[in-house]
Amino acid sequence: MNPISVHHLSKSYGNTKALNSVTFEVNEGEIFGLIGPDGAGKTTLFRLLVTLLLPDCGSAQVLGFDCVKDYKKIRKSVGYMPGRFSLYPDLSVEENLSFFATIFNTTISENYSLIEDIYKQIEPFKARPAGKLSGGMKQKLALCCALIHKPDVLFLDEPTTGVDAVSRKEFWEMLRRIKAQGITIFVSTPYMDEASLCDRVGLMQGGNILSIDTPENIIRKFPHRLLAVRSAETFRLIGDLRECDKINTVYPFGDFLHITPKSPDCDIPEIKDYLEKKAHQHIKISEISANIEDCFMDLMVGQNEEKH
Amino acid sequence: MKNLLGFVKKEFFHIFRDYRTLLILFGMPVVQLLVFGFALTNDIKNARIAILDHSKDNITSKLTQKILSSGYFILAQNLDSEAGIEDAFKQGNIKQVLIFEADFAEKIEREGTASMQILADASDPNVAKILTNYTTAIVSDFQRELLADKKLPIEVKTEVRMLYNAEMKSVFMFVPGVITVLLLLISAMMTSISIAREKEMGTMEVLLVSPLKPIQIIIGKVVPYVLLAFVIALVILILGYFVFGVPIRGSLILLLGYSLVYILLSLSLGIFISSVVESQQVAMLISMVALMLPTILLSGFIFPIENMPWPLQWLANVIPAKWFIIVMRGVMLKGIGVQILWKETLILFGMIAFFIALSVRKFKIRLQ
Repeated sequence: MNPISVHHLSKSYGNTKALNSVTFEVNEGEIFGLIGPDGAGKTTLFRLLVTLLLPDCGSAQVLGFDCVKDYKKIRKSVGYMPGRFSLYPDLSVEENLSFFATIFNTTISENYSLIEDIYKQIEPFKARPAGKLSGGMKQKLALCCALIHKPDVLFLDEPTTGVDAVSRKEFWEMLRRIKAQGITIFVSTPYMDEASLCDRVGLMQGGNILSIDTPENIIRKFPHRLLAVRSAETFRLIGDLRECDKINTVYPFGDFLHITPKSPDCDIPEIKDYLEKKAHQHIKISEISANIEDCFMDLMVGQNEEKH
Repeated sequence: MKNLLGFVKKEFFHIFRDYRTLLILFGMPVVQLLVFGFALTNDIKNARIAILDHSKDNITSKLTQKILSSGYFILAQNLDSEAGIEDAFKQGNIKQVLIFEADFAEKIEREGTASMQILADASDPNVAKILTNYTTAIVSDFQRELLADKKLPIEVKTEVRMLYNAEMKSVFMFVPGVITVLLLLISAMMTSISIAREKEMGTMEVLLVSPLKPIQIIIGKVVPYVLLAFVIALVILILGYFVFGVPIRGSLILLLGYSLVYILLSLSLGIFISSVVESQQVAMLISMVALMLPTILLSGFIFPIENMPWPLQWLANVIPAKWFIIVMRGVMLKGIGVQILWKETLILFGMIAFFIALSVRKFKIRLQ
């Protein structure tokens, strides 16, 4: 039995379809990442799974319990950390933690070993009101509160949004350690670069899951050649490359543009010539392998074409 | 049970950390009671009047003396002619002008009748009415004194005694009133706001995804406010008793018991409000407009229900405060007990059952 299994789950708000017949499974003891931009339907999916919303159709089981009928059993055995900060800002760090321990009928000391690594980092501030913690520390506290009753599955809705790069890295290291304790983790994030930190990812867009696989496989399945291009004038470069009939897609990535040529045998000098004719300087073109974001863009285009 | 205690403890943390609200909660009853008790009284003392005496004889001066020594009036001005009356009123600090006709004493001697006129500033009708009543009462009293030696053909003597509030102190009415309004305000508004706050801050989401049952969340929210409101009720009663001398003629236990019942009723109203709103502001607005106003206006606290048109009288029946005020006045001032107040008691309990059932049913176990 998989800890999470979802079958054709749909949910609409009025005329907006937030979730469109989604089906997937999460395996025991893995970190499953749900990756997609804002409005992709990630939070809706989370709320359906933690029994806060009722689906329009389809079904979902968490730990073998139905999300609609057995909602009480699910609520006892999962840990949930909502997208926005949901602790009591006027209660101190320690009071928050012990409150969440009590409502789950446990105590801090009972499961201290589970949160020890994380809690040690915020322990120096345990008397400080939670509202006065920094963003990264708030996340650590929220994670402790979601973990304190030793849940079997941990639901983390965008835990790293609004957190600085260092804290994000630390946060993922913590998730690795929690996973090592045998807890299944279902996490969402809008940051594509975090995909490689998950065991498996689901790419989500417009209420659909575009692809589910390990991050490596998703990258391996990227069907095109990919080139990185840069020149002195990035903005003009985008326009010129989009006009070029040999090139399919152009997306900016930091200082570089990632382009996919139309035919696999299109070679680099050909493009360089074209750009030199357009009076670009300092042109650099190199062959690269795709990252998750490239895959996501490609899948998104594919989905949009399917629709039209 | 342990998780419920944890919840109650957390709720107390919220209350005591928010010391501004706490200060308002305890400051308000004290201030309101002092204001209602000292400032807002229907009794008028030392009203400034003017006298225009065309006669200036021994009878008019005796009558004037009697009026001024009553304590209700102060002579602000002696007028010489009718021309000054208008000005005296317009300057605004004179509430009433008394005019004695010329040859007042002589006319009484010879014809047995003389007239005086009372002009009152009715821009405040209540004050005007009360003052003219005072004056006519003093004048008829004076008349009886004049007739002391003679015998009237027929006479009906009226003897008035004000029961339960011999001195007709308004504060006797305000203490039960203020308790009624404040307990409702604190209980209903504070609980509805505190539940709405959990929704607004997203903590309700986390509470729902926990083994807590809805009834535990509700009880956890209610218990601290029951205690808080009860302490405030005690403060008002103590203040009323020691500062204003408002008696508690009935059983104190019964009085506190009724207060507790009313607090529970207000809390169940608050929970009901919070189950239908999503934000603190809406919760506050509904508590203020939908609870406070009817409670102040239709409970009989300030305006007698008997004088209202029948639709309002009918509406007043569904307002919990109306029944609580009847009970409070009964127990505090008349010293009666449950055997007489059984109907009101039943109504209060019925309302509690209704609202608790409604709010438990309405409590959302999910986000929608």
